[in-house]
Amino acid sequence: MLIRGRAWRFGNDIDTDVIIPARYLNTSDPHELAKHVMEGVDKDFSSKVRAGDIIVAGKNFGCGSSREHAPIAIKAAGIQAVIAKSFARIFYRNAFNIGLPIFESEEASEKIKEADEVEVDAINGIVKNLTKNEEYKANPIPPFMQELISAGGLVEWTKKRLKAQDTGE
Amino acid sequence: MTITEKVLAAHSGKKEVSPGELINAKVDLILANDITAPIAISEFKKIGAKDVFDKNRIAFIPDHFAPQKDIKAAEQCKMLREFSREYNLGLYFEVGRMGIEHALLPEEGLVVPGDLIIGADSHTCTYGALGAFSTGVGSTDVAASMATGECWFKVPESMKFIYYGKLNKWVGGKDLILHTIGDIGVDGALYMTMEFEGEIIGNLPMYGRLTICNMAIEAGGKSGIIVPDKITKSYVKNRAKRPSKFYKSDKDAKYADIRDYDCSKIPLTVSCPHLPSNTRPAAELFEVSIDQVVIGSCTNGRLEDLIEAATVIKGRKVNPNVRMIVIPATQKIYRQAMKKGLLDIFIEAEAVVSTPTCGPCLGGHMGVLAKGERAIATTNRNFVGRMGHPESEVYLSNPAVAAASAVLGRIGTPEELEL
Repeated sequence: MLIRGRAWRFGNDIDTDVIIPARYLNTSDPHELAKHVMEGVDKDFSSKVRAGDIIVAGKNFGCGSSREHAPIAIKAAGIQAVIAKSFARIFYRNAFNIGLPIFESEEASEKIKEADEVEVDAINGIVKNLTKNEEYKANPIPPFMQELISAGGLVEWTKKRLKAQDTGE
Repeated sequence: MTITEKVLAAHSGKKEVSPGELINAKVDLILANDITAPIAISEFKKIGAKDVFDKNRIAFIPDHFAPQKDIKAAEQCKMLREFSREYNLGLYFEVGRMGIEHALLPEEGLVVPGDLIIGADSHTCTYGALGAFSTGVGSTDVAASMATGECWFKVPESMKFIYYGKLNKWVGGKDLILHTIGDIGVDGALYMTMEFEGEIIGNLPMYGRLTICNMAIEAGGKSGIIVPDKITKSYVKNRAKRPSKFYKSDKDAKYADIRDYDCSKIPLTVSCPHLPSNTRPAAELFEVSIDQVVIGSCTNGRLEDLIEAATVIKGRKVNPNVRMIVIPATQKIYRQAMKKGLLDIFIEAEAVVSTPTCGPCLGGHMGVLAKGERAIATTNRNFVGRMGHPESEVYLSNPAVAAASAVLGRIGTPEELEL
């Protein structure tokens, strides 16, 4: 799977309250949430972001609350992937569960600049900076996460498991 | 093995587990609230399971925007109510019976030592105070577990935090955990379990332990845990609705890091905007004026927290430039506070007392901040815009510091009021 898009830069410790402020959590409609994505750090972000863009951030991306609305808002805004130095663990789980590709790469996090054209080879964990003609390594996606992705997320994975139990497989 | 590894092993049918190992474990209790349950409900329906795995092990608690703050919030609360009726859930808590989830479940004895608990709320780590493994997950995780009764985990590494010496006056669980987060940073325990121990923890009452474990997530922790002891035993004695199991860490258990703190050096501590790790001694912040004080939340909304605040504010008045909002975390706490005369003390001081709700902690309702306003709160997060406008500010403290600040109109300590 190749993901290609324009990069938006964010700093360290981007928390879920700035990704999607709680005042908008009286709904879980993805399109409503997308209108306010990243509003706490950049109030105009939702009007600037284009479908297919990529977020590149520092350490501990998605820290704070467990709200799945955060990766949902990012995905619904058309963001294809998030690259960060590290992710907060609930955000990490949520992203895989809902099918938002995320990649841990210290190098990519440090070297990619705003508006760089980036290409991610998800299978081999390689991030290419097409603007700078550089290549960075991403941490490999753990096998279980790959299983979740290929099943189409946790709901589909669970469906399959329940079906297998029912038929006594 | 550590206590965490033992609980995880017991719930995954294994003799032993080690950090990094991926396991599928049985859960004892699953919880979700009015923000996170709606997504869990719609995802659960997509799975197509015939029923939930156990009607009496799924707790739905509308507490964040409840009592329903607006039409959209009312629709979300309605989803919880209707799903609970449809599936005949035994642990749905309607307004009037509900409280803030992480105060309510321990109080009701629905979480017990040795449990494995997941919740679609990041502060689910609170129950580690009882010697349970409990951790926050997302709504989809909750949906899957509601169908299967299981959840996948990567066994975390453990970090040990030892507290010794003597606590300074008015210093409690909140100061210890803020100080620790200040020391290791908001990702200092990323993916790890924080195990708290030492003579200070051994003597710390349950409410202080709950406060400490509650904020493990603010250091990036997967969970916080305290090995259960006599204090745990007496806390659960007349509450536990299920049998409990007391695990403890082995002498040769492995830790990724061990840190110790001399508590005589830990002052009354405040986290400044906009990260919980941005800590300063309260006494150094006397130039910071405030507009609002919030005493409550899953971190510090328990009876003893209210007693602490009432002791400080008794016979005094809230500064004319300040609004003070007191939120008992559960109906039971509210009632006890009333019987003990605490509500009288707060109202006499010209504070308001609210029905249980998470409310202002996450900028929901009951005390949202305007542009440029500043609050000191006993809550757990001070991120940008957490309590309202993106240009408002939140300082975090213990209840005594918050109450003293309400009187002074600026951040201050009980000592300044000669207490």
